[in-house]
Amino acid sequence: MSYSNEVVALQKSRKRIHVNRARVRRNRITGWLFISPWVIGFLAFALFPFLASLYYSFTNYDIISSPSWIGLQNYSKLMHDPIFWQSLYNTLYYTIFSVPLSTIVALAIALLLNMNVRGRTIYRTVFYLPAIVPFVASSVLWIWLFNPSFGFIDALLRAIGLPAPGWLYSVHWVKPSFILMSLWGVGQTVVIYLAGLQGVAKELYEAAIIEGANAWQRAVKITIPMISPVILFNVIMGLIGSFQFFTQAYVMTQGGPDNASMFFALYLYQQAFQFLHLGYASAMAWLLFVLILIVTVLVYRGSAKWVYYGSDQ
Amino acid sequence: MSIEPGSVEIGSQRVTQTVRGKRYASSALKHGILILLGILFIFPLFWMISTSLKPSFQQMVWPPIWIPHPFQWGNYPSAMQFEPFLHYILNTLYYCVGSVIGTVLSCSVVAYGFARIEFPERGFLFFLMLATMMLPFQVTMIPLFVLFKSIGWVGSFKPLIIPSFFGNAFQIFLLRQFFMTIPQSLSEAAYMDGASEFKIFYRIILPLAKPALATVALFQFMYCWNDFLGPIIYLNNSSLYTISLGLQQYVSSYGTQWGLLMAASTVATLPLIILYFLTQRTFIQGISITGLKG
Repeated sequence: MSYSNEVVALQKSRKRIHVNRARVRRNRITGWLFISPWVIGFLAFALFPFLASLYYSFTNYDIISSPSWIGLQNYSKLMHDPIFWQSLYNTLYYTIFSVPLSTIVALAIALLLNMNVRGRTIYRTVFYLPAIVPFVASSVLWIWLFNPSFGFIDALLRAIGLPAPGWLYSVHWVKPSFILMSLWGVGQTVVIYLAGLQGVAKELYEAAIIEGANAWQRAVKITIPMISPVILFNVIMGLIGSFQFFTQAYVMTQGGPDNASMFFALYLYQQAFQFLHLGYASAMAWLLFVLILIVTVLVYRGSAKWVYYGSDQ
Repeated sequence: MSIEPGSVEIGSQRVTQTVRGKRYASSALKHGILILLGILFIFPLFWMISTSLKPSFQQMVWPPIWIPHPFQWGNYPSAMQFEPFLHYILNTLYYCVGSVIGTVLSCSVVAYGFARIEFPERGFLFFLMLATMMLPFQVTMIPLFVLFKSIGWVGSFKPLIIPSFFGNAFQIFLLRQFFMTIPQSLSEAAYMDGASEFKIFYRIILPLAKPALATVALFQFMYCWNDFLGPIIYLNNSSLYTISLGLQQYVSSYGTQWGLLMAASTVATLPLIILYFLTQRTFIQGISITGLKG
């Protein structure tokens, strides 16, 4: 390569760097411009209220008069509030049963549908439809199904000679009732798992069949590990959702009987908008946020043991 | 499906027979389980519609009357009389359509920025956006209520609709995933021709992203139709009630009129079921994208 050629090449690369720099600067401006709606939304509807509620949690505030600083009093009052502890217990109870059970039911249905069944679209629709029903409508429907005098479920139990537990009117059965209802709505998760299953490479199964693995072994050793990232994502979303469980309890029981279905978000709502204890409710909200954060981090950390990320990720 | 090593020697006729027999048996088993589960899932919906078409004396008998005879269509107009459900549906549509427009406009622009423009702060901001998905609504709802009350927006649809013009983390994420799959070469060619970034977004990327935009619109519509906590906080005037609020109101006032309640619930559900059947493909694809790319 001659000297002049080198000079030309050098000049070209300098020019390229120059062009690139201009492009970087331009990109920075256009990039921020494009995402500016979200930046404004983030500041106004996420960051500001996030910090404001932390501030409110240290105040006595009823919206009519301005907030007055009371330090940690809301938090110490919460520690001595039996309904707060009850609501936390109820929410954890609901979460501990509903999230794993929904995961298992959704996975089982998705695995069945993935086994080359005819009429898969029809089955998928059948399992998905309940998930479309608006929460309030499904709540009204389940009040009717659970009705202790004329509801279908109790009538059926009596007809086959089983005791009717009284569901929403029983301190012991009201939470299981909500868990049962949540299982009815797993359709969305089924569809997600099914899509994940269809992405698992067929060669893996062929190899396993040659090695003599049966259907159960293939499910446990291949299918579940291959879609474990999808399971993790849905478990985390399920956890976050169930900690905020609200609408069904509001419509169906208002927390009763005897606070047995007083869920965290319901108690928080009552404190905030029925008693106007905005400071107290904000303290609850922050505890909820910290709780969700801790549980999410724990699940994510723990997931390293069971989630398999393929070599391409 | 597996082939037992022993049966291979018996002759090809027998092999295919046993294999076929086994296949039928396992297929019957699969369908048996699926049909049983399917009945459990679909029965509550069937019972909702069935009850909505029964006079009250038929609702509470055992053995149950599965299919009402004759159909008591009167429950529907009666339910509509007690509460102005058609008005509530119009309110719900107003909320849904406003929010869908805001979401599609804002999220597509923002998602383009995150997916196709490289700038130094992008990674951090995108992470920040994903993190907000973990923020429970309970944390932000009280200060937002105070804010919207102070500017006189409580008692209107503004607090429900206007924030959707400023993006939504989940929907931005969904669109960004889709925009990432469009080949970069398309943009490069347009750069060469001197097209501006906005022109590329508007003329090239958006037309290609129609299915993803439809998914976002659909999800947002469903979300708004279903939303309860937002409306109950901000819509404190019964003339603004959405269908969810109206239905809840109806339960607390006419708690035992099951025929009417089920008719009202069917009215609240039917639009979504129709929407599902009209847009099934968009629906299923959308759910699959969002759940998988976590």
